[in-house]
Amino acid sequence: MAPGLEPGAAIGKPLVIAGLTRRFRAGKRLVTALDGVSAETSAGLVTGLIGPDGAGKTTLMRLIAGLLRADAGSVRVFGTDVRADPLAVQGMLSYMPQRFGLYEDLTVQENLDLYADLQGVATAARPERYRELLHMTGLAPFTARLAGRLSGGMKQKLGLACTLIRAPRLLLLDEPTVGVDPVSRRELWEIVDHLVRKAGMSVLLSTAYLDEAERCDEVLLLHEGQLIGAGRPGGFTQAMAGRSFHFRLPGRSKRALQAALATVQGVTDAVIQGEAVRVVLEPGMAPEAVQLPGFSGLTITPVPPRFEDRFVDLLRARSGARGGIVPVAEAAQAGTAETVIEVSNLVKRFGGFAAVDGISFSVRRGEIFGLLGANGAGKSTTFRMLCGLLPASSGRLQVDGFDLHHAAAVARGRLGYMAQKFSLYGELSVAQNLRFFAAAYGLTGARRAARLDWALREFELGPRADVTSRDLPLGFKQRMALACALMHEPDVLFLDEPTSGVDPLARREFWRRINALAESGVTVLVTTHFMEEAEYCDRLVIMAQGRILATGTSEELKAATRSASLPEPTMEDAFIALIMADNAKTVEAAA
Amino acid sequence: MNERAMRLRGLIRKESLQILRDPSSIAIAFILPAVLLLLFGFGVSLDARHVTLGLVVEQPSAAAASLTAQFRQSPYFVPQEFSNAGTAQTALADGRIEGFVWLRANFARQLSAGHDPAIGLFVNGTDANNARIIENYVQQSWTIWGAQQTGSANPAPIAVQPRIWFNPAVRSRDYLVPGLIAVIMTLTGALLTALVIAREWERGTMEALMVTKISMHEILISKLIPYFLLGMGGMVVSVLIAVTLFGVPLRGSPLVLGLAASLFMLASLGMGLVISTVAKNQFVAGQIAIITTFLPAFILSGFIFDISSMPPPIQLVTHIVAARYFVSILQTLFLAGTVWSVVLPNLFALAVMAAVFLGVARLVARKRLD
Amino acid sequence: MLARLLALVIKEFLAILRDGKSRAVLIGPPLIQLIVFGYAASFDLNHVPFAVYNQDHSAISRDLVADFAGSRAFQEVAVLHGPERIRALIDSREVEMVLDIDPRFSRNLLTNQPAPVQIIVDGRNSNTALLILGYANSVIADASAAWAARHGAAEPPARLEPHALFNPNLDSHWFIIPGIVALLTQIVTLLVVGLSVAREREAGTFDQILVTPLRPLDILLGKSLPGLIIGLAEGTVIILATVFWFGVPLNGGLLQLYTGLFLFIAAVTGIGLMISSLATTQQQALLGAFMFMVPSIILSGFATPIANMPAPVQALTLVNPMRYVLVVIRRCFLEQPSFSSLSLDYAAMAALALCSLTAAAWLFRKRVV
Repeated sequence: MAPGLEPGAAIGKPLVIAGLTRRFRAGKRLVTALDGVSAETSAGLVTGLIGPDGAGKTTLMRLIAGLLRADAGSVRVFGTDVRADPLAVQGMLSYMPQRFGLYEDLTVQENLDLYADLQGVATAARPERYRELLHMTGLAPFTARLAGRLSGGMKQKLGLACTLIRAPRLLLLDEPTVGVDPVSRRELWEIVDHLVRKAGMSVLLSTAYLDEAERCDEVLLLHEGQLIGAGRPGGFTQAMAGRSFHFRLPGRSKRALQAALATVQGVTDAVIQGEAVRVVLEPGMAPEAVQLPGFSGLTITPVPPRFEDRFVDLLRARSGARGGIVPVAEAAQAGTAETVIEVSNLVKRFGGFAAVDGISFSVRRGEIFGLLGANGAGKSTTFRMLCGLLPASSGRLQVDGFDLHHAAAVARGRLGYMAQKFSLYGELSVAQNLRFFAAAYGLTGARRAARLDWALREFELGPRADVTSRDLPLGFKQRMALACALMHEPDVLFLDEPTSGVDPLARREFWRRINALAESGVTVLVTTHFMEEAEYCDRLVIMAQGRILATGTSEELKAATRSASLPEPTMEDAFIALIMADNAKTVEAAA
Repeated sequence: MNERAMRLRGLIRKESLQILRDPSSIAIAFILPAVLLLLFGFGVSLDARHVTLGLVVEQPSAAAASLTAQFRQSPYFVPQEFSNAGTAQTALADGRIEGFVWLRANFARQLSAGHDPAIGLFVNGTDANNARIIENYVQQSWTIWGAQQTGSANPAPIAVQPRIWFNPAVRSRDYLVPGLIAVIMTLTGALLTALVIAREWERGTMEALMVTKISMHEILISKLIPYFLLGMGGMVVSVLIAVTLFGVPLRGSPLVLGLAASLFMLASLGMGLVISTVAKNQFVAGQIAIITTFLPAFILSGFIFDISSMPPPIQLVTHIVAARYFVSILQTLFLAGTVWSVVLPNLFALAVMAAVFLGVARLVARKRLD
Repeated sequence: MLARLLALVIKEFLAILRDGKSRAVLIGPPLIQLIVFGYAASFDLNHVPFAVYNQDHSAISRDLVADFAGSRAFQEVAVLHGPERIRALIDSREVEMVLDIDPRFSRNLLTNQPAPVQIIVDGRNSNTALLILGYANSVIADASAAWAARHGAAEPPARLEPHALFNPNLDSHWFIIPGIVALLTQIVTLLVVGLSVAREREAGTFDQILVTPLRPLDILLGKSLPGLIIGLAEGTVIILATVFWFGVPLNGGLLQLYTGLFLFIAAVTGIGLMISSLATTQQQALLGAFMFMVPSIILSGFATPIANMPAPVQALTLVNPMRYVLVVIRRCFLEQPSFSSLSLDYAAMAALALCSLTAAAWLFRKRVV
């Protein structure tokens, strides 16, 4: 069978979803992953399925692929009901699951051969198809390499190639860009664009990155299992026109400004972006009307709206909640010159491979410092060395005057640590987790009682104190993880991918607390591969292949990329420019 | 080539490549059985030889000497002398000797007076099996001695002529090694598949497979064939070790052995498939595989413990242990030859078990994630 | 320090006991295994099927057959009238023994000549074959003695009076079931301890506790104490079941028994922790636990005597803690051993516990720090 593209054969809509509901049992609770979702997509377009982790994106994908059975409602793919004939539907679509099933102990070519066999691609048609896919993914030089030895971005591209070995009528991509570096992300998008435009394929692509929505032809917005919006992304963004502004007040703490703005009546959203605070106002509200006692001489510049503004707006409208108010004391010692974290010429080798290759930076007290990089850039290794979890191969590192790997256990009592994916004891209840960490940090007596009380109150965990923590929603897990990390009022806080996958409101709430901590003098070190989060940092380093490519504030890094063709570069643009320049240098050196 | 054949070819090729590249499955299939068989083949033996037997002779005499000489000549005993029963009893309690024979001071006098003196035999009954074997050995020596004393060739009116068929030397290794093969193959069969499929679930490759047009039986068949061959390879290694290294005779037809092993392997793999499909994670799969394979095969297969002596409800339980049938076939094929009256019903039972497990595996393995 | 340790231990218990599945793994399978294996694992013979080929049609030979049929160990299932079917019956495993009484049996008895009786036993399972032969011998010896007594034939000059100390009825359950105490205690302890670190590594919580001021030693103790406590609790439950369900007498001192059990569990905990520190995933830990468990059971003397093993294998059993605890448990159940008579076994287990715990601590530090 030739890869059937049959343009014009797409009778009807690629996807018609009606009243789709699906529940799961999590412990004793029944969780509704999808709650009466109805939607349609159009042929030949890239439809984005946008929402935070836990919104129900993967469940929806699996229902469409016939891997799950709906509790109610139906899914039709080009008119065929999935429930009635899953094999026929599976014959029409290709699906790339979130962690695509590459066989890591098979080579690139063997993986392609396997999926060509599985998809029934005729032997004669293969060479041409392989050539096309390998060219498009840039994997042609690596066909004999084991898939397990590829970088994260290359793995995703190989997964995509395997999925596309037989051109399907409908392509399902579940978070293809998660954890991938911005360069590979851009390349993945190019492959997707290329495919759709050229082959007329219909694509459903899910993502938690709101900035990717703007690259889709149409979007479906999913939140807590419900469809909260559908349409062209431009339409979403345009609805927000004239409501977004940058507020600046040089010489004053941007964090205090942000905290103040966030509480003002009529402000939908206020986040730190570099040196400015990006504010979204309620419809009809003029920026001059913002009453901000104590802050005079504000510079206000209008900025173009973005997709996230609309998403936040929609969520605010739904929840109505503004979150608790965290007063930010504009502390005097904030941003003093005292150095808390000092890293010089740090190297970590695993065998012959240098995961961290001679990096240096320093962090001052009360600063929020970011380590930005893709998976495998070396930021997690650096992070683990700083926490004392890994010994350094060479170089010097000090946290609050100690090398934690060699220092006495007591020295660790001054740092707080929040791991990736908020790892806590899933079997224990919220209160039991808190009690354990209080004891682990050596809190006793009245202080312990006071801190436990503080944690339950401050993070609004009281009503859920007896819930087994594995069953908590993601946002609450994150709060609990932060509560555990702050139990002993640490001087230095290490955050590893702190907000990956949580919804924008939870992310804002989280950063409000972090900002308040930084203002009170706590030093915060954050790793992230999330460009947006980099904007919240005072200063950051960009890492790739174990080295630091650039250090500075986000403004400085962006400014370095500014050109006539790119007057308003984003953090991602800056990142890509740095990587490209670095690659060029490597090639030059090799030549 | 039609699509179905192409899909199967692709999957089998993939599975074979993975086996070749992943040393752990080769280790489980070949090295684990070989090591276990060597270890246990040498380690497991039930023959009570070299019994440390205490001899308490309170007063030396010609009669006592003739009796103790009997024990010294016996190949079964390592005799140790004690002057009184008290020290012997202490030695027995401390585990230094396994039993002792007590000839009281008046032994010779009573014997010559025709008073039928008592010879005390004390054994440590903690290990009842061992105790019984020691009693038998002592009794043999005593009987011979008795015959010498009365000068008659008829120590007991009834003369027992024991005939132990198939294994006249009563080498326990000859029946334990075939049994061990069954125990070990149960383990590797279930462990191989249980871990391998669970691994596909964990790595997310199963999800990617399931959305292709492939059907569930194709997935199962493609898993079965390579691991079946791998398991049979392990089986061949085990049989070779048994025959060449342990010198166990193989009296039956190798062809029938191959057939029985194939059916047994299918049953074990089927069980592994069921476990891994139900468990979906390697940890639970491994745990279930251990609880449901190794110990039952060890204790309930008739490999060491006699099934007909178990209480009826337990005997009923043994019927769902595939190793039971395989142990019976192996012991018969190795020691007795191809006895169809044993082999056929057991082959039939194995075929039924293989069919049931594979059928259940097919039923529980749905092409869905819920 | 103590408060931190307590918190770690409580956390460990909560993590195990709050989860229904792991709770079930601790309680269900061990008890089921105890019951099933307790009944199944026995070297006693009951109702061994046998066939009679009585060529001597006399009252005396019929009495002998009745002696066999009346014994608890044997069950008559076939009467043969010719030698042809003997082979078939044994081959097909329908009978495990054939009692073949010679045509001259009664005549020889009456004329004071040896009266031949042939016992044909299936040797495919030679252990059972030996047991059957032993039982058959004693039935015939009794019959023989009874005949001699009645007819004043030449009696043996002395009587053999066997006494089985500690287990007068030679009930092999009394040997096997206390062994199961050790077997199941080992499995549970090993699974609890061996997988605990790997589980935390997979969940990411291990990093989380490593960055707290807890020291590696605290963490190690926090991991081993729950194993010790759970192992002891498990052992106690199984000991209670052994005494009250299976009726095995517990003659020895509890103090001697628990000293042995404690040292054993400490050694197993150490081994579990070694596996735990080496494994990065639960699967590796499970395979590791398994690789230790299977040989340690087979080479412990649980079912087959160590004395029969070749010298190199016997040397290998010296580092198997189960070997020693089996001796202690069995003796404590059936005998009344003194501390001093068990001192060697205690010392060996204490040494193994010390070595394994030290090695675990060393590996742990190496892997962690």
